[in-house]
Amino acid sequence: MLELSILFPALLNGLTMGAVYALIALGLTLIYGVLHIINFAHGAALMMALYGVYYLKDSAGIDPYLALPVVIPVMFAAGYALQRGVIGRASHGKDENILLVTLGISIVLENLALFLFRSDTRTIDTPYTLSTLDIAGAMISLPKVVAFGGALVTAAVLLLIVYGTDLGRAIRACAKERQGAKLVGIDVDHVFAMSFGIGLACLGAAACFLLPAYYVNPTVGNGFVLIAFTVVVLGGMGSFSGALLGGFIIGIVESVGGLWLGESLGQIGIFLIFIAVLLFRPQGLFGAKA
Amino acid sequence: MSANRSRRKFLKQSTSMTAAAAASTALGTLGFPSIVSAQSGPIKIGIVHPVTGALSYSGQLSRLGAQIAVSEINEAGGIKSLGGAKIDAVWSDAQSQPQIGVAEVEKMNEAGVSAILGGYASAICLATTQAAAKYNIPYVVDVGVADQIVERGLKNTFRFAPGYSIVSREGIKYLHILNTVAGKPAKTVVIVHEESLFGTGTANLLARDLPGMGYEVKEVIKHANPTRDFSNIVLRLKAINPDIVIPANYYDEYVLLVRTMRQQGFSPKAIYSVLGGGASSFKFVKQFPDVANGIMDCNHWYNAKDKRAIALRKKVEAMKDQFFTYEVFLNYQCVYLLADAIERAKSRDRAAITDALANSTWDKHFMPYGPTKFVNGQNIGAMPAVLQVQKGDIRVVLPNTLAEVEPVFPWKA
Amino acid sequence: MRSLAAIGVFALLIALVPAMVDSGYLLNAIIMTLYAALLGQAWNILGGFGGLFSFGHAVFFGTGAYAMAVLQVNFGWNAWVALPAAMVLGGAVGGFIGALSFRYGLRGSYFALVTLAFAEVFRVLANTFQFTGAGVGLMVPLKESALNMQFGKTGFLYLILSFLIAAQLVAWWIRHSRFGAWLQAVRDNEESASALGVDVFRVKMLAIVMAGMLMACGGAFYVQYLHYIDPHLAFGASVSVQALMAAIVGGIGSVWGPLVGAAALQLLGELTRNLMGDAPGINLIVYGVVLVLMVNFMPRGIVGLATRWKR
Repeated sequence: MLELSILFPALLNGLTMGAVYALIALGLTLIYGVLHIINFAHGAALMMALYGVYYLKDSAGIDPYLALPVVIPVMFAAGYALQRGVIGRASHGKDENILLVTLGISIVLENLALFLFRSDTRTIDTPYTLSTLDIAGAMISLPKVVAFGGALVTAAVLLLIVYGTDLGRAIRACAKERQGAKLVGIDVDHVFAMSFGIGLACLGAAACFLLPAYYVNPTVGNGFVLIAFTVVVLGGMGSFSGALLGGFIIGIVESVGGLWLGESLGQIGIFLIFIAVLLFRPQGLFGAKA
Repeated sequence: MSANRSRRKFLKQSTSMTAAAAASTALGTLGFPSIVSAQSGPIKIGIVHPVTGALSYSGQLSRLGAQIAVSEINEAGGIKSLGGAKIDAVWSDAQSQPQIGVAEVEKMNEAGVSAILGGYASAICLATTQAAAKYNIPYVVDVGVADQIVERGLKNTFRFAPGYSIVSREGIKYLHILNTVAGKPAKTVVIVHEESLFGTGTANLLARDLPGMGYEVKEVIKHANPTRDFSNIVLRLKAINPDIVIPANYYDEYVLLVRTMRQQGFSPKAIYSVLGGGASSFKFVKQFPDVANGIMDCNHWYNAKDKRAIALRKKVEAMKDQFFTYEVFLNYQCVYLLADAIERAKSRDRAAITDALANSTWDKHFMPYGPTKFVNGQNIGAMPAVLQVQKGDIRVVLPNTLAEVEPVFPWKA
Repeated sequence: MRSLAAIGVFALLIALVPAMVDSGYLLNAIIMTLYAALLGQAWNILGGFGGLFSFGHAVFFGTGAYAMAVLQVNFGWNAWVALPAAMVLGGAVGGFIGALSFRYGLRGSYFALVTLAFAEVFRVLANTFQFTGAGVGLMVPLKESALNMQFGKTGFLYLILSFLIAAQLVAWWIRHSRFGAWLQAVRDNEESASALGVDVFRVKMLAIVMAGMLMACGGAFYVQYLHYIDPHLAFGASVSVQALMAAIVGGIGSVWGPLVGAAALQLLGELTRNLMGDAPGINLIVYGVVLVLMVNFMPRGIVGLATRWKR
């Protein structure tokens, strides 16, 4: 069943799919690393971003890749407002409450989409949707190759922000020691909201790269949440390069596991890795020791 | 009798404030009548679908079909034998969960419905039919393809459309006819199916019966919902290179599968779906005209030559962003089936309507079923049809009595 | 002892319900509330008293549900014999996950995520094995008789009530026993509990085994009540979410929190489903908004709010 001629293209497919996972996980890992919260609304936010990309293409004719400069700032603003106005306020800093609040937000967003856009699955057609790139005999979907590049660029930009700007220094300070950050005069609430905003902005980028080869409906986000968590854990919570590599690893494991064990059972490989990393190396493959 | 009933009613009202104050507040605000089924005024019909949650796409289309039928019947003067009583539909949302479906049946029972219709998904239908049976409420299953729904001896349950064993049996038969007429060019098959009840159940039946008819089932590929990427499945398809690919999956996955097949340049002699596929979806045909050409489905379908079906299709397509799907026309027809039974029962009484359904010989529908005949709740005349996308439209190609055009098999891409 | 008496009074009150209420709708709503309260209490024992938040309680629920269905359908066991087996298996899965996670010192979100992953592993396995019916699921044949643990509404009310009372008694015992004090000490500070001589590992193990057994009861009830189970219904995220929501909304670490939370959520669900009109989605939008508002105004749960008023 496992033929070598298939293995090479399968590896490349896994790598490109992994890039999409990495894009989604980059935002999640930032939010986790700084705010220490598990954001259950991540999938719903991705879904909203996908609708944004869809309607820009459908009603204004804007190509998904050209929509990047629109979708990213909008998602950033939405994230900032959501953290500042809802999550930070309603959760009173308690873990169990953050859980319920993000859960509540995801229920609201999912059903808002259902109400506004109906439950139809929507796809867009671009000139390159069905195009492939020939890489040493393997035909790899062009939108996914673009997504691969997009993930690299997004990770680089994030690293630049976090390690090269004043905001980044504040973010890192809040992530490490929020009381201390407060004492030295950092507006912690603002930094938290900025981090959440940047996290959702990553989803905006992910949506632009994902939609040409995928679809959108109100529940589309659910299919990515668990994968994104796995990537975050594998890479080490809060680590961008970890999320990037973690995404690639998960993509490849899913792809090869699918070949080997069948598409349905193949999913198990991802969760076994997830469990093994949590047990034996909870700081992740690339995370610093907590 | 009536004294006893009112005493119980009194007891119920006086205790509900203490024992279960919270829940009864909900009940109180809703103002449910405690006495079951009124004797005059409109006749209440419960219509339950999963209009939110994972199944909301199909659930909303199902509701649309029922809505059209209810308003048509009411505009045409309601139920004549009940003095023109209008149908008062109780619309309800099962939220894609069986236990919510049960709660909705309980609610409809107390709202005094004379019958219930819908369910859509098999898991929901299993739960709702049984809950309705406790109150002897006649229940018309709209889709729910699992065979077990009508195999449990529930006297209240009626399914108008075929279940998956009928559809896959007919699907295999028609596939064999297509292949035989063409001189048997196809010998090998790969089945690609989704992992839940309908896909797995259908795939099991196909994998069991196809070898007996001379086909080699090279592989049965099961995939998760959602599957985010079909590249690997298509790689394997390419490596195996079967003559026929049989998908049994939901719309989202079907779209990705067929798109990826096109992208990877793999075109088998036929893509032949059994239940659920693109050749029975006007939406798919409109959005992916190139990919859609030539694909075939064995699925629920109407008699395309029937004027009433054509009129309904026009009506649905005139609505914004709506497509004429099997959810729409099956629910539309099920409402009419139920209305016919009520008409003949001349009563709002649940037992009378159940009897009328059981003895139904209704033939004023546009499905290729003949007059209805229910045996253990299954309409035994119910049959699927084979469709093929040709020149950008969906055409019936089998059975011959319904066929609009000749099938093209094998398809030359 | 007053709180023990409260459990008795509660049991008595609910036991009287069928004699006075003949609305199937209301009975079903009460049954579903008690069921959600059971799931919530199973979560609370581990998450509330032990501070170990689980996102994957469905793994115990599904184990119980599948054990119940498989033993009846494939092995012809009687439901009453299958029930204790289902509970033991639920407890065993709890023990297995606990042994692995506590051995490696998982806490906080790491523990939460590992339970989530186990639930997913079980879901994929249930989807694969033939004896679980794979994707087709398992159907328990309809044979209504108390001997088969298939009742009318009243019987099911008593069944779920007895499960819940068992759960309440466990919670009460935790609240008032030395074990409970240890468990709460571990929650508040593992290191100092350990320094005081508490066997942290054993305390946590006992908590997760009890949670697993109670959750398995919930799964067994689900199968008996609805007669059908598939991998998604058994191990999907919605059961885990239902359990943690009831506990957190009601107030974690309290004996009555899960029941209060379950009742509030049931009421909210019924109201939104019935009053919000027919436009799909509106009901759940309101549900979600009210959920967020509840957290905003009652950060310590409904029970937390009530105790604050009393003071």
